[in-house]
Amino acid sequence: MPNSATAGGFLLVLAIVLPVVGVLFSVVLGGRHAERIALILMPAGLAVAVAIAVGVWRAHNVLQYFVGGWDPPLGVAFRADGLSAAMIVTAALLICGIGLFARAQFPSPKQAETRAPLAFWTLLLAVWGALNAVFLGGDLFNLYVALELLTFAAVPLVCLDGRAETLAAALRYLLFALFGSILYLLGAVLLYGAYGTLDIVLLSGRIHAEPAAWTAISLMTAGLLAKAALYPLHLWLPPAHAGAPAPASAILSGLVVKAPFFLVVRLWFDVMPRVPVHAAAQVLGALGAAAIIFGSVLALRQGRLKLLIAYSTVAQIGYLFLMFPLAGRPETGHPWSTAAWTGGVLQAISHAFAKAAMFMAAGLIAEALGHDRIAGLAGIGRALPITVFAFGLGGLSLMGLPPSGGFVAKAMLLTAAVAENQWWWALVVLAGGLLAGGYVFLVLARALADSNEPLTLLKTISPGRQTVVLALALCAVLLGFVPLRPSELLQIGRPDIAVVGLR
Amino acid sequence: MSAATLYGLCSAVLVGLGVFGLIVHPQPLRKILAFNLIGGGVFLLFGVVARRGAAAGFGGDPVPQALVITGIVVAFSATALVVALLLRLFQETGQATLRLDE
Repeated sequence: MPNSATAGGFLLVLAIVLPVVGVLFSVVLGGRHAERIALILMPAGLAVAVAIAVGVWRAHNVLQYFVGGWDPPLGVAFRADGLSAAMIVTAALLICGIGLFARAQFPSPKQAETRAPLAFWTLLLAVWGALNAVFLGGDLFNLYVALELLTFAAVPLVCLDGRAETLAAALRYLLFALFGSILYLLGAVLLYGAYGTLDIVLLSGRIHAEPAAWTAISLMTAGLLAKAALYPLHLWLPPAHAGAPAPASAILSGLVVKAPFFLVVRLWFDVMPRVPVHAAAQVLGALGAAAIIFGSVLALRQGRLKLLIAYSTVAQIGYLFLMFPLAGRPETGHPWSTAAWTGGVLQAISHAFAKAAMFMAAGLIAEALGHDRIAGLAGIGRALPITVFAFGLGGLSLMGLPPSGGFVAKAMLLTAAVAENQWWWALVVLAGGLLAGGYVFLVLARALADSNEPLTLLKTISPGRQTVVLALALCAVLLGFVPLRPSELLQIGRPDIAVVGLR
Repeated sequence: MSAATLYGLCSAVLVGLGVFGLIVHPQPLRKILAFNLIGGGVFLLFGVVARRGAAAGFGGDPVPQALVITGIVVAFSATALVVALLLRLFQETGQATLRLDE
């Protein structure tokens, strides 16, 4: 890895600064301009994200930038490897889709200032900036700050409508998140005390298996699990994600819970590639398996569509953590080239698109019907065909049926489970797929049934919004055409052993 | 026992008390106080680390001290956000608890 800032480094700064500038201008200029500012910044941010991905791909190396020209350990580094590039592009695409969808729900006020549009558009940009800071951060303390910014931007999104239930859900979410972040900070202090640096690259060279490292990593992982809502720390998620307005739910379920997962991946695979963690990885995998089973069963038992989707998020997060026992370690061969690594990351990306599309579809259905009781969905398939179709396409990815990103991800996890001789994870993946099939068909069967009395829609839903939902669902389907092998982009920036394994 | 060990144990006790309070107490206000107790413990640990890692001739390593200031700012804003949400919840429901059905 080069020791100086690389050519495309300023793009990394731009990816974080653009949304932050947008937030500042929105606060100053007020709610009448917040939407316009967000709409101007969305294509610009998407362009920056694509430029970063192209830069990483062309250079076939990490892009990095040292803030103020100070090298680590004193300075703070931003780095983009293949994994960060993939996540940044995902985030940019989703934010653009969600922004277009939300225009009808949070329109700019004509005369008097109203609170909800200002809050929504400002927080949308704030979440985006914080996510990019998480994906690009190369310093554990800087990542702590980014994670906190993300929490502070995400929590108010839960209670935009100000109802008592959503306020309580937001408060519970915030308390879980704060507990998580303070544990993470405690771990970071211990690492600094033991090794004298918080820079990920420097730390990975100095860290070795000893009690200080184990304690620090366990504390940080536990904290991040509370934020990622891995079973049994998922209690805050369903009320928070189900109670938020549809575009906010899409951001929270699609992107925000992926940031702590991303940091667990960074910690386990980048900070301590040389610390043996076999038993701990099995624990993470077991929690993931429990999340898949419990989340799916609870989703089947829900009477409301948004709660069903929220519980399905709990289950789908479980799949992400199956990659830890399966992705292998340096001592077992080629860690990065294993299918599980690519499968886990692809699951994060395809779930982001699929779940965002499903939450927004549920939002449109609730707007049209005035409720989201699953028992009362009959006839909606005829009234909003595009929306229900998009919901079904998202469901493909959750079930892991081809063609969908979820299929490729789960197929790779299955392959890895068989190849690593850990067949029990394969059983969990298959059972989770069956249960997901159950709850998706439960909804679709109701939605496609004919209703006895003619359906009266409270509101006509514009075709434009339905198309945005369909486009995001199609992104999840298109990911299904990714070749079924370890992805080369995701390997960029991994240690040399990875590249050897790939060829 | 050196001063650093004593302070380190102190911070461990603070973190332990805070974690206990955060898990045991159902009231959000107590939870946020417990969170600040953990925060106090962590910030004290930053001080210990700064003292231990000091190079020859320096009273302390400046990096943890810079980090601690940022940490305190973040903890302060977190507390402010919790209290704001709690006040709003109290205005809406007349009670400051997370169990709304009771």
